[in-house]
Amino acid sequence: MTIDAALPGEKTMFARAMDGRGLPLATVILVLLVLWYAGAVALNAPVLLDKYKRQNTDWTVTQLVDDSWSMDRPLLPAPHQIVVELKKSIFDRKITSKRSLVYHSWVTISSTLLGFLFGTVLGVVLAVGIVHVRALDRSLLPWVIASQTIPILAIAPMVIVVLGAVGLTGLVPKALISMYLCFFPVTIGMVKGLRSPDPMQMDLMRTYSASSWQVFWKLRWPSSVPFLFASLKVAVAISLVGAIVAELPTGASAGLGARLLVGSYYGQTIQIWAALVVASALAGTLVALMSMIEKIALRRMGVAA
Amino acid sequence: MEKTAAAFSPHEDGASAGTVIDIRNLSLTFQTADAPVFALSGIDLQVERGEFVSFIGPSGCGKTTLMRVIADLEQPTEGQISVNGVTPREARLARAYGYVFQAPALYPWRTVQKNVSLPLEIMGLSAKEQRERVARYLDLVNLGGFEGKYPWQLSGGMQQRVSIARALSFEPELLLMDEPFGALDEITRDHLNEQLLRLWEKTQKTVIFVTHSIPEAVFLSSKIVVMSPRPGRIIDIIDCNLPRDRTLDIRESTEFLKIAHQVREGLRAGHSYDD
Repeated sequence: MTIDAALPGEKTMFARAMDGRGLPLATVILVLLVLWYAGAVALNAPVLLDKYKRQNTDWTVTQLVDDSWSMDRPLLPAPHQIVVELKKSIFDRKITSKRSLVYHSWVTISSTLLGFLFGTVLGVVLAVGIVHVRALDRSLLPWVIASQTIPILAIAPMVIVVLGAVGLTGLVPKALISMYLCFFPVTIGMVKGLRSPDPMQMDLMRTYSASSWQVFWKLRWPSSVPFLFASLKVAVAISLVGAIVAELPTGASAGLGARLLVGSYYGQTIQIWAALVVASALAGTLVALMSMIEKIALRRMGVAA
Repeated sequence: MEKTAAAFSPHEDGASAGTVIDIRNLSLTFQTADAPVFALSGIDLQVERGEFVSFIGPSGCGKTTLMRVIADLEQPTEGQISVNGVTPREARLARAYGYVFQAPALYPWRTVQKNVSLPLEIMGLSAKEQRERVARYLDLVNLGGFEGKYPWQLSGGMQQRVSIARALSFEPELLLMDEPFGALDEITRDHLNEQLLRLWEKTQKTVIFVTHSIPEAVFLSSKIVVMSPRPGRIIDIIDCNLPRDRTLDIRESTEFLKIAHQVREGLRAGHSYDD
């Protein structure tokens, strides 16, 4: 007993890391890296072997591995090649340069955020309508769901073309495509959230003969806040997807989507991967930002921390 | 049994001036998918100003439904009912009653202060008036100093007291309480019962109180309405004129036990036909 009791105080650094999430996380990353490097060799080797054969050079395994991790246009670039590319295109160029990933990210982020704003407003407005108007509840929701079954890749070029014909180009059409994707989780989440007050809480409002306006602001809206944030976290991530997809059919010269497209035209796999890494980092950052705002909002609402 | 109701209110020309609630031959049937449920059947009841009336009966006897009809939260299918001389709907729109639910039903994002002032906000009282009322009624339920707390920081008993303060804050003449202490432990419950009795004494309100505890009903009430299920109906109305300044000790008195026995007999009679 005494030994057991003494142990917690005497934990080594290693033991504490074992307790926390640090070690499992490090293990997973390490395993992924090993698999990635192995995969790079496996995927790139056939191309190299073919080259060796045509040039009649002798090769060793070490040489094969070395070469497969340092090709110009590998099928699968090795992680360190992506890191080098990231460093080059983020830190070594002026951020206004068309070859800077910071520049392209900014272009994508601005249409993401505008689309997210549009989508959130549209989503909330639709949800409020669906909850308050019986006819909308029956007629609108099926359309909302149907809208999401159309592949965004099919509809994006048409939106761009139609809006281009009426003189709308640049940021707004891309934001609208973003909005098309991200209003959906907001609507679904908010419909559920606005309906989440329990019958007793609703009856209470009835006993005060409160107006629907009062019921909305004093009960439905605050009850829906946790649902709203759950939706917003999904919405912000997919509005980034929407913005990237919107950049593909425009032949846009700027944005992460354009970067991916150009990369695939010229077989610049390292460039593609670098853009992908930046895109996922952005998505992660946006979601983390939403979580932070959520925490602050819920704390202000007195939710037990 | 029926003679009590008749004595209070002559049947010929409706209720007397002091009648707050007047119910005549009221029935409520819920239409469900398989068979209709007779929640209330042939209810006759008059409640006078300043009375403390308990509805007692086993679960499913319609006592909560009857109270919800009075509050205009359910609509009767047959019969007449008036609250303060008007329909329940008009009474509700005139904010004639305060309702205390089985659970505190506090809004978790509001502090105690803001929860109690919720009806006052809705009814459009000035900020100053709101603050005064909240302070007054939180004091009345012995919760002065808890204004800034959130509901989760309070015990169940305290939460229910907040909800009572909330129901009192807009000063309705009629208080409808639906098993307000049902979820609390017996010690807290005894304590709150005594507090409620003092409150009733002080404010002279008319109280309708739903319970399934015999001692609670006898201790609190001036009139006990015994109900029975399937269909929900009144089997007995028992007068209970213990002195107003009674304390918990009265529960050992012979008078108290006699009334409790009478209530138990009534409940048993309602069950005799039962499976």
